[in-house]
Amino acid sequence: MASWLENEEILTRKGQIAMPYAWSVGEVGSRFLVGLRDEKRILGNRCDKCGATYVPPRKNCGVCFHDLPDDGWREVGPEGVVTSCTVVREDSPLAPAKAPFAYVIVKLDGADVGFMHVVRDNLEKLAVGVRVAARFREAREGSILDIDSFVIL
Amino acid sequence: MARRVAIVGTGQTHHKSHRLDVNGREMIHEAVTRALEDCELTINDVDAIVIGNMDHFESINCVDTWSVEGSGGVMKPILKVSTGGTTGTSVAIAAYYHVASGLFDRVLAIGWEKNSESDTTGAIITCSDPIWDRFSYSGAIPSLATEASAYMKQYGATQKDAARVAVRDRTHALNNPYAQMYNRPISIEDVMESAMLAYPIKLLDVCPRSDGACAVVFAAEEIAGKISPRPAWFKSCAARHTTTWFGDVDYDTGLLSLQRAAREAFDKAGIRSPADDLDVAELYLPYSYAGLKWIEALGFCGPGEGPRFIWDGNTDMGGKIPMNPSGGVISTNCIGATALLRVAEAALQVMGKGGKRQVPDVKNALATGFGGCWWSDVVVLSKDRPS
Ligand SMILES: [Zn+2]
Repeated sequence: MASWLENEEILTRKGQIAMPYAWSVGEVGSRFLVGLRDEKRILGNRCDKCGATYVPPRKNCGVCFHDLPDDGWREVGPEGVVTSCTVVREDSPLAPAKAPFAYVIVKLDGADVGFMHVVRDNLEKLAVGVRVAARFREAREGSILDIDSFVIL
Repeated sequence: MARRVAIVGTGQTHHKSHRLDVNGREMIHEAVTRALEDCELTINDVDAIVIGNMDHFESINCVDTWSVEGSGGVMKPILKVSTGGTTGTSVAIAAYYHVASGLFDRVLAIGWEKNSESDTTGAIITCSDPIWDRFSYSGAIPSLATEASAYMKQYGATQKDAARVAVRDRTHALNNPYAQMYNRPISIEDVMESAMLAYPIKLLDVCPRSDGACAVVFAAEEIAGKISPRPAWFKSCAARHTTTWFGDVDYDTGLLSLQRAAREAFDKAGIRSPADDLDVAELYLPYSYAGLKWIEALGFCGPGEGPRFIWDGNTDMGGKIPMNPSGGVISTNCIGATALLRVAEAALQVMGKGGKRQVPDVKNALATGFGGCWWSDVVVLSKDRPS
């Protein structure tokens, strides 16, 4: 250790990066969010090449590299089956709900991919295979959290 | 020995200040689809992908995986390359390395940016050292303003000289429907009367912020001629990075990284007199004063001769060495795509696909990239297959 350090500390410079962002949702994603906000409907769209129905909807199928057709739009859910879940027991400022709550992947009726969301209540009944239904918020703003959570049926 | 490599296809979006109708990966998909259509390949023909942007503009740090739906990279090898302003030339050079190595036959290079999604200066300052440099000279304008004022003092160049460069690029953009500033010509008076941002840089001296993407298909020598009847051969490239302490830069010696990169790339390509041996140049000139000073570093004219060379019309369409037929960076700047657009536009010129912006009889074309703290990339493309 250098002698000047005997009575001094190595310094750090404190800082924080706080950048405002405005991410483009795009036309396809906006149609989905407007469906949640204005009609409480969950929209998916279907690839006419491989037959997969995506939710949230996609502009093009990543697997087929093929544009999804306009007539492929359809309502999915609002019910579905839990395919994966985990219960969160510690609060975090980034979490969408207060602990305890569960992150779930729901296979919505009519969709071929999982839909990520949360379950807040009756966590003791939560398990892979249980059926759930979307519960919408009263005040909706065009966000994935316009669905408040999924409730166990 | 490296294999010979050629560019066989290019694609780009119609660049705008805001592309709210698409998210980033949907915008990438537009450029990729256009590049594949240009060379009549499908995504199944692509062996590997190199993609780049500047992380902090969109705050997406794993762009390589996040973008696969748009890039076509599902179940393919992908590398992300991010080197600031030079990202576009870096992805081109990396794609060239991929094919030249003999390991891949057809490689897709992608550059993109959605500058509308954040604050440009707020994002750019994260490139500079947080302890020593970030509080003062970081961001695009201050360091460039310092370079410009030093150049004016050294050689007596004027704000009007620089305005002539901005007018040239915006005039050339009249021929490029993809440019953000398409059909928005300006006069020297417009530049002189525009708002002073940081002396001597005024609003119309600098690039805009754009949303856009570009994709370029590279192919190995054995198949390039089968894919395209007139490919743009990748003759040579060079990259030079320099120290990033803003205070260490010697502004009076010219842009050293560009001088060194150009010397190496020109040596390899057999370019002895750049103004005579090159037929067109697509240069990463983010502001007008670069169009005076940096063309000296490239050897188009001697030190201090930039203004005269510009006023004599040498760099206009129809001149001795037309610069930026696309309208250049002053007409479009989707940062991660910007340097790849220079390569794509140079390739279009060699391939004879320039449309209204085509320079007649192009044999050799130059593309450059520029980044943050004075680093440079140089690429030379040619109609002739390298020997
Ligand atoms: Zn599909």
